[in-house]
Amino acid sequence: MKVSDMRLMAENLSARRGQDLIFKDISFNLEVGESLVLTGRNGSGKSTLLRVVAGLLHPETGRVTWHSDAAESGMRAAEACHYLGHRNAMKAELSVFENLSFWKEFFGDFQGRKGVSVGEAADAVGLGGIAHLPFGYLSAGQQRRMAFAKLLVVHRPVWILDEPTAALDVNAEKVFSTLIKAHLAEGGIMLAATHQPLGLEHAKELRMTGFAGVMEDRW
Amino acid sequence: MISLLLRDLKLSVRAGGGALIGVLFFMTVVAVIPFGVGPDLNLLSRIGPAIVWIGALLSALLGLDRMFQTDREDGSLDLLLMQEHPLVLTVLVKCMAHWLGNGLPLVIASPLLGLFMNMNELAIGATMLTLLVGTPALTFIGAVGAAVAVALPRGGLLVSILVLPLAIPVLIFGVSASYAAVEDPAPFMPPFLILVAITMFFAVLGPVGAALALKNAGD
Repeated sequence: MKVSDMRLMAENLSARRGQDLIFKDISFNLEVGESLVLTGRNGSGKSTLLRVVAGLLHPETGRVTWHSDAAESGMRAAEACHYLGHRNAMKAELSVFENLSFWKEFFGDFQGRKGVSVGEAADAVGLGGIAHLPFGYLSAGQQRRMAFAKLLVVHRPVWILDEPTAALDVNAEKVFSTLIKAHLAEGGIMLAATHQPLGLEHAKELRMTGFAGVMEDRW
Repeated sequence: MISLLLRDLKLSVRAGGGALIGVLFFMTVVAVIPFGVGPDLNLLSRIGPAIVWIGALLSALLGLDRMFQTDREDGSLDLLLMQEHPLVLTVLVKCMAHWLGNGLPLVIASPLLGLFMNMNELAIGATMLTLLVGTPALTFIGAVGAAVAVALPRGGLLVSILVLPLAIPVLIFGVSASYAAVEDPAPFMPPFLILVAITMFFAVLGPVGAALALKNAGD
């Protein structure tokens, strides 16, 4: 496959929450098949870093860049990313099928690589039979699984996952880590903030320290 | 983009959507006027176009704050912002869906309310035509207000207050064109064409302003 030359690079990122720097000078370089797991206490800046990488927050310094063979120059890193935040980005009033097919059409294919169909994605997260129900009828765990199915209906090389396993049972955690491994094996890249181990053997780990760490460095 | 239009239209007619609420509010406002003013038919038909326009303006303001807020609450806005579609286009499509869901029903309901106000056929037709041309401007102006207030809890009243001064010219020219159709010496075309111009002006400026506000709303 010619996907071999993709890279997500972050250089000297720092970001603010209010007045204070929540992290500074974070650099990483993720290549095909690599993953980065962010750990740290609540409030240590994990979600903020993920939102900066996804292009949803402006970093105070530094930049995130995306390199690949096929990328036109000046392509934003965010366009190569799937972002699964705390909120599921699904409408409670619409059925699961309508939600997923909307995102499938709206996202569009990425450099000619197609995602799986909505039915297959629902099967992959173990909820094949209930895609006709309104999203609001599902339990919190089922909603989270369906939100994860959104990552499968459209291909994006980079997955940014913020606490993907919140509200999930043990079985679903296994399903998720299988899907993540499959994504990495196909030449994907993953960034995740999590408290539970995702069962990835070769993941890089970045320990976030929050305000306290920044202050320690300074003094 | 078509998929976004269809999704927003579906949402506006499903449970909790704003389409019916706006029309009901419009009817309430206009229907109580004859009770308050009394059974003076000449007076009612004289103030009719103005009352129908004011009712439509107030109901259009009612649903504005939800334009982007629902998407922000469930996280969809993050994903909309990350895509490679130009954000201005996304906002334009959302405005069009919002008008089709909330503005068009007001236009369709206006002839019925014209009967309440003892307006003749010509006045009803003119009011409906001016509403058809003028209400999109209210949506486009409102989009800027809705985008600015997107991060505020209970920003609804604030949006109305922000938007109202800009909406006043729409009201003035809409009502004066409606009157001009009925009263002989005043020409119909000049105020009507100014109304068209206002709508086209804000169709360009509104989405640009709203996109700018959304881009910088990152929390």
